[in-house]
Amino acid sequence: MNKRDSGLRLWLRFTIALFVTVLFAFPVYWLVAISFKSPEEVYAYPPVWFPQQFNFSSYLTLFRDGDVWAVWNSLVTAGISTVLAMLVGTLAAYSIVRFRTGGDHLSIWIISQRMIPPICVAFPIFLLYVSWNLVDTYVGLIMLYTAFNIPYVTWMMRGYIQDIPIELEQSAMIDGLTRWQVLRKVVMPMARGGLFATAVFTFIFAWNDFIFALILSKSEVVTYTVKVTGYFGSQSTFWSKISAMSVLGVLPMFVVVATMQKFIVRGVSMGAVKG
Amino acid sequence: MPDLHLDNIIKNYGDNQAVKGISLEVPAGEFLVLVGASGCGKSTLLRSIAGLEDISQGTITLGGRAINGLAPRERNIAMVFQSYALYPYLSVYENIAFGLRARKFAEADIDRQVHWAAELLDITRLLQNKPRELSGGERQRVAIGRAIVRDADLYLFDEPLSNLDAKLRDGMREEIKRLHERLGKTFIYVTHDQIEAMTLAERIVLLRDGRIEQAGAPLELFEQPNNQYVAGFLGSPPMNFIEVSLASGYMTLPDGQQLSTQAAVADGSYYWGVRPEHWSHDDNGSDTLQASLEVVQPTGSRSYGTFYLAGTHVIAELEAHALQWSGKRIALTVDMASTALFDTQSGERVG
Repeated sequence: MNKRDSGLRLWLRFTIALFVTVLFAFPVYWLVAISFKSPEEVYAYPPVWFPQQFNFSSYLTLFRDGDVWAVWNSLVTAGISTVLAMLVGTLAAYSIVRFRTGGDHLSIWIISQRMIPPICVAFPIFLLYVSWNLVDTYVGLIMLYTAFNIPYVTWMMRGYIQDIPIELEQSAMIDGLTRWQVLRKVVMPMARGGLFATAVFTFIFAWNDFIFALILSKSEVVTYTVKVTGYFGSQSTFWSKISAMSVLGVLPMFVVVATMQKFIVRGVSMGAVKG
Repeated sequence: MPDLHLDNIIKNYGDNQAVKGISLEVPAGEFLVLVGASGCGKSTLLRSIAGLEDISQGTITLGGRAINGLAPRERNIAMVFQSYALYPYLSVYENIAFGLRARKFAEADIDRQVHWAAELLDITRLLQNKPRELSGGERQRVAIGRAIVRDADLYLFDEPLSNLDAKLRDGMREEIKRLHERLGKTFIYVTHDQIEAMTLAERIVLLRDGRIEQAGAPLELFEQPNNQYVAGFLGSPPMNFIEVSLASGYMTLPDGQQLSTQAAVADGSYYWGVRPEHWSHDDNGSDTLQASLEVVQPTGSRSYGTFYLAGTHVIAELEAHALQWSGKRIALTVDMASTALFDTQSGERVG
């Protein structure tokens, strides 16, 4: 800490930092707090800042009624589509970078698919899914999320793969590896940071999707985002159920980001080639 | 140990021909250096031998087996890259063991081989380090270790020393030469540095514009260059060229000074090539020219003097204390027997 960070400046820094932290953390806290409140506390005015006791009844209701399956549905669709999109997108990116597949323009063309507002294609996709009997199925949502995420993965991984010095791959091939082994033993470890970062974002995209999940599900494969909105009734709104469901929906994100954080930080490739 | 034959190798990049029909025999155990200015096709040729580039035409035969259709891993070749190409996520040990693991060696063999190579290159103490913790010279040793740890038919070096600083380069050069003597394997070494080529090679192949200008032992190329390009490329400082005209046993410089010559060539104008070391200052010598000494660069043991002679600058190697003549017009004696004459049109050496 240097001299200028003393006294008033230091205080100012801490105050601003605290303010920003509270600003971002408060909604999350409020969400968690409501999920543990009793019905009276939810509606109390002035608001109850801390629940008097931890009331698990909202969670119990969700488990008893089987509503938590919505979180499972989200996990399955987001998880499997992330794996598929990563697989296809990474291979596509490798092909574009190393074999110049599609010349200079293919990657731009691919990412342009991402620029279409999803709502524009919602209706045609719904009709297509009806005729294919894919509405309200895992396969339907997984296919959709995979298709939507492949451009993103291709685009991101293209950048990470471009950063890998080609000599590393050539050296490995001379040393006796096949192209597939090079992918596994050189490209994957070299792009590890990028792979995890991209996978996290891909997962978040699918996890947070609402519009397609709403249109393409009825009763079987309902994701948690759709389920939450189902609690907004015309007669009454179940705030504690909504917040409990939302907490369950946020938890996997916390776990994913917390465990992947160290991989998201790049810098694994330093020292490979004298820069 | 197998011989390498290159038969009329051609490599096209679109309309651009990088290698224009190169044929070469490399006997087993030879230290061959491919040298040339950038863009001469030397690296392309090396990468074609390694299988990193597909050749457009021709045949590469290693030990009687045509290898130009094979994937790099099927050629049993080892290569050292200019950028070292070390895997940053693996330790030095694992970097060296990489090729052995790829070829499914037993763990005990891998361990023995890695330690043998590490000891040879004096990097045993670094085996557990990651590449980023190493200096440039140490990384280069690891890269060489990774190549020699495998019993390959051919060892390729693509400008391995160009990323090192001058002092380190001199040391590594000596080590690579010693390594070749110990291993007795075929080395093919690419460089743009004529000093590296001269010091390392048993045979130099000087390339220019995708073709072989001249191939031969280093001193053969140095003393009997086929043409002006080869003469100018090898040697530092380079050979001086002065346009002269020859008539009835006399050579006339543009400023009118004359020398008698024994050269058996037709009368006419030529480029006269004189290496710096073939000039000397001798007031009483025969074959003497007058020239003004403009700049003197002492190197300790010798000095390099830049003279203004007949409308051009020539560099001459003089005695250590040449500084005393700086700015003066002095006598320069030429060792006529060591000079060369080149055709002004084709650049071929004629005498």
